[in-house]
Amino acid sequence: MTFESIVNKLSEKFGADSFSTSEFRDNRRILVPAERVYAVLELLKNQCGFDLLAELGGADYLQFPDARDRYGVWYVLVNTTTGVRLIVKTFANDPEPTLPSVFSLWKGADWMEREVYDMYGVIFDGHPDLRRILMPDEFTAFPMRKDYPMRGRGERHNFPVITRPES
Amino acid sequence: MAVEGLSGDVMVTQLDKLANWVRKNSLWPMPFATACCGIELMATGASRHDIARFGAEAMRFTPRQCDLMIVAGRVAMKMLPVLQRIWLQMPEPKWCISMGACASSGGVFDTYAVVQGVDRFIPVDVYVPGCPPRPEQLLQSVIDLQDKIQRTGTINGKEFQQGRLWPHAPRPLAIEVPPQEKIVAPGNFATATRLQSDKENSHG
Repeated sequence: MTFESIVNKLSEKFGADSFSTSEFRDNRRILVPAERVYAVLELLKNQCGFDLLAELGGADYLQFPDARDRYGVWYVLVNTTTGVRLIVKTFANDPEPTLPSVFSLWKGADWMEREVYDMYGVIFDGHPDLRRILMPDEFTAFPMRKDYPMRGRGERHNFPVITRPES
Repeated sequence: MAVEGLSGDVMVTQLDKLANWVRKNSLWPMPFATACCGIELMATGASRHDIARFGAEAMRFTPRQCDLMIVAGRVAMKMLPVLQRIWLQMPEPKWCISMGACASSGGVFDTYAVVQGVDRFIPVDVYVPGCPPRPEQLLQSVIDLQDKIQRTGTINGKEFQQGRLWPHAPRPLAIEVPPQEKIVAPGNFATATRLQSDKENSHG
């Protein structure tokens, strides 16, 4: 199934103006608003054979030129029969950036959604166990957000000091 | 006061010196290896450089059998409570070598997640510079530590209880990192600078 036929199928189902496409070298992207992303991914999985979620990643577009939304999340899908790759991209905004969880479509989304939540604070509705995966549980910030200082807010200095007489 | 009547095969010494001599020649390292320094630490333990020449070859992976902690590599803020717990589990007398730039100062990893020197939170006896240090440097630090033990050690560990004459850990940085630090990466895409003015920072 080629990119063009996938696009045709999506516009049949959702209407041609409900999504947009973009291309960079061999990356083919479908940009979908957040409220329709689950339906699009469900259709791609069930009717177009995209059985593997190869990657789920996030970005913060704060102060990015011409960006209209703050957070971007993309899903890299692979059809393991034909080897076709497709990128579905969607956006979320403050406060409480929320997207539907795709855990029910691909089990592999579990840890990837947890990572995006940990780093950017994007909440995935319907995720069975949405908690931090890399940072410690008591960490409160979302460190990959662009407005978080690179050296942190003092978390790395916030430990008890063990001296010689105490140890 | 001379001691009379001893035969030639009897030696008189101080108990402190005897204990120091025994301790310094039988250090049992705890390899806290978290990064590439750990590879150099392994090389130091292997046959070519051979840390056994200095009596420190008995690496144990439980802190309860060790008396020398070698922190080799960067320590993330999630790892530091583990490091402190392992340090507290080691029996006295115990020493610590901070191996490499990352363990000593954070190295190039000046980020929110990396501790800027383990000596801020546990006592350190010897620092080894390098990124990573050569095995010879680590061997030199073991020799220096042996020298330190011989010079300052006591049989009942007085030097640990009273504290040392020099600070255990450096004071907090004179310039503390302000919470609203202006550096974000990347900052301004149009000019490719990482520094932002207050005005740019405030809208967003």
